[in-house]
Amino acid sequence: MINIFNYIDRPSPIHRLTGATKLVCLLLWSFASMVTYDTRILALMPVAALILFGVSQIKFRDIKAVFWVTFVFMVLNNVMVYVFAPEHGVSIYGTRTVLLTIAGPYTVTAEQLFYHLNLILKYFASIPVLLLFVCTTDPSEFAASLSRIGVSYRVSYSVALALRYIPDIQRAYHDISQSQQARGVEMSKKESLVKRLKAASAILIPLILSSMDRIEVISNAMELRGFGKGKTRTWYRARAFRAADVVCMALCAALLVLAVTDTLVRGTRYYNPFI
Amino acid sequence: MNNKLSVRTVVAIGIGAALFFVCGRFVAIPSPVPNTNISIQYGVLAFMAAVFGPIAGALIGLIGHALIDASYGWGIWWSWVIASAVFGCLMGFGTRKMTLADGVCGKKEIIRFNLTQLVCHVLCWGVCAPVLDIIIYNEPVEKLFAQGLVAGIGNAVTTAIIGSLLCVAYAKARPQKGSLAKED
Repeated sequence: MINIFNYIDRPSPIHRLTGATKLVCLLLWSFASMVTYDTRILALMPVAALILFGVSQIKFRDIKAVFWVTFVFMVLNNVMVYVFAPEHGVSIYGTRTVLLTIAGPYTVTAEQLFYHLNLILKYFASIPVLLLFVCTTDPSEFAASLSRIGVSYRVSYSVALALRYIPDIQRAYHDISQSQQARGVEMSKKESLVKRLKAASAILIPLILSSMDRIEVISNAMELRGFGKGKTRTWYRARAFRAADVVCMALCAALLVLAVTDTLVRGTRYYNPFI
Repeated sequence: MNNKLSVRTVVAIGIGAALFFVCGRFVAIPSPVPNTNISIQYGVLAFMAAVFGPIAGALIGLIGHALIDASYGWGIWWSWVIASAVFGCLMGFGTRKMTLADGVCGKKEIIRFNLTQLVCHVLCWGVCAPVLDIIIYNEPVEKLFAQGLVAGIGNAVTTAIIGSLLCVAYAKARPQKGSLAKED
């Protein structure tokens, strides 16, 4: 089956960190990037992420496809923001410096450009770390990590089941789709949207009904093996924390603290160079 | 809460999230607004929530949507992931009285299912997702509500068609409650 989560196994310090550490770091980092809009911190984070990529031995060609998808996504999002609200930067930063007038309400202001810079930095602050996490964390270790950071082991086990059954369901979907197409179900662009949706359900109904049977079979098997009888559960892929793990978590926690205190002390999320 | 999760719910969450992932990742129909697909997975989510309840619905939405975002690599869009979870949860509460597993799915149930999903979609994509986006990203309100509107309408239409068909098909495949009579 194709490797949907793009896990790349390389010998690097980042790969050697436990999954739980990387998950905690990802969460702390994401929260920090969500909280702050301070340009200085937002500029620091992509630089740090680039360094981490260097350490992890993930090459640019490994993530080239994903990078371009993200890039297009980001450009489109910026264009949409500008089309819907060309004065958004002005309302945030409180001043108005017109650089250029295009037509009607569409002027280019320094504030708007600065806002877009911040928006782009915000993407570059949060997305690379997620990519890094996906590329360096073995999916099989992920459920153990979730349980480690305090998520109930039943929920963690659900995540493990989801990861385990995605390829199976993908294969079932593919088989059903081909046999329905052989029977004349049309899903291409030639059909109208409503017809296409109906065709999709001609594939979905067998898929869902067979999945419902699968749920019965799996839950019976788990019940027979006594799942959920104990208060805790051990994980085959769980590993103990080492010094490097603690250091990484501390650094990410420091980043979050920096972002939060910066916002609280200055009383605003924005860094304003205009006043 | 977690102590009440039965084994069947745990498995339903896992398989449901996998279904949500496969439907969202491999069966996407692009819409005119960028970054927003008309996706059929919400029909599946609504149906699973109706069968397995609010907790399962919330977790299927949460796990499934987070996995989709992670596999695309464009960053986990927490605001929309949470909106998916809220949709699953509300849907589970709204359809609590439906007994699909007993093979009951007449006109009344279909109307209830669709009214609930409509209200839930309006709440999630019209309120929950844009508000979270404003808090986290502070993008312009107009843009976020336009995105939410397109996503909401698309999702409501697909849920109405696919969700209802799934409910009917599932109820038909289940044995009717009381269909066995005791011999005198």
